[in-house]
Amino acid sequence: MQFESFADFLNMGGYAFYVWLSFGVTFLAMGIIAIQSLSKHRALLKQVVVEKERKARIKKARQQQQDNT
Amino acid sequence: MWKWLHPYAKTERAYQLCLTLQPWFWVGALVCLSIGTVWGLAFAPQDYQQGDSFRIIYIHVPSAILSMGTYVAMAIAALVGMVWQWRTAYMSMIAMAPIGAVMTFIALFTGAAWGKPMWGAWWVWDARLTSELILLFLYMGVIALYGAFEDKQQAGKAAGVMALVGVVNIPIIHYSVEWWNTLHQGATISKFDNPSIAPEMLWPLLINLLGFAFFIGAVTTARLRNEIVLRELHRPWVQALATEKVSKQTSGSPNVNLKEGS
Repeated sequence: MQFESFADFLNMGGYAFYVWLSFGVTFLAMGIIAIQSLSKHRALLKQVVVEKERKARIKKARQQQQDNT
Repeated sequence: MWKWLHPYAKTERAYQLCLTLQPWFWVGALVCLSIGTVWGLAFAPQDYQQGDSFRIIYIHVPSAILSMGTYVAMAIAALVGMVWQWRTAYMSMIAMAPIGAVMTFIALFTGAAWGKPMWGAWWVWDARLTSELILLFLYMGVIALYGAFEDKQQAGKAAGVMALVGVVNIPIIHYSVEWWNTLHQGATISKFDNPSIAPEMLWPLLINLLGFAFFIGAVTTARLRNEIVLRELHRPWVQALATEKVSKQTSGSPNVNLKEGS
């Protein structure tokens, strides 16, 4: 450990603001893109299923209409 | 080699490959980034000139190197797409663009936060900084151009041309510190025979570099998967996969989606 205490570590030799700002923004940006990329996949698959079921319903309705006429 | 490589042009195989690679990439990124960051922040020795502010190097240098590396990978994907007409090549090109842009942003932002205490300015119109900013605009241009076309094969071609033309910027970024008299310091670790950095400072940097690379791999495979599903929406294998995955998530109420989007 290069620092005497935890407070010393947080102070970063007087550069606390710049060091923690850099690391904070970096991991925030990485976190955002990671979560966005992963959650999009779930949304897409759901969309596929919804679309598929909608098509099936349309097909069924058409069939019924044809049967009625 | 071609025989081995060729099946991955098929979207289904590419999807499976992403699926198997992804967990390894995420785990690798998490492990390397935590080790490298903790080591770099708490255990690496102080710089004799810059004090503790030099610790920004542990995210600045990996993200800057890999912003260029991702760009080259993206341009290679564009070239493959153009020469062999692989749709998956264009898909991986557009999967890489956003994470490349994020890496460029991180490099610029941490550079600014490092420049303020060291140079006394958040930003200077220095050759290195300007050419890196152009790289960010190139990434954004590729994303915007791809999004502007309805026909995604056309979009891939147009964005691919832009990605390929933009490659000239890469050597400009790399050599900018030698060609011009700049404020930015020279290369530190690319001189492998005689690196101008102490080994106890270098190790966490290399580990973080690896961690960032894993992270880019993880995000790229995740986004490539999304792109494949989006483009192959009506293929039977995508529909089967989606049905299986979604019903697993909402087990017990499989008709939960019936009311949505009629």
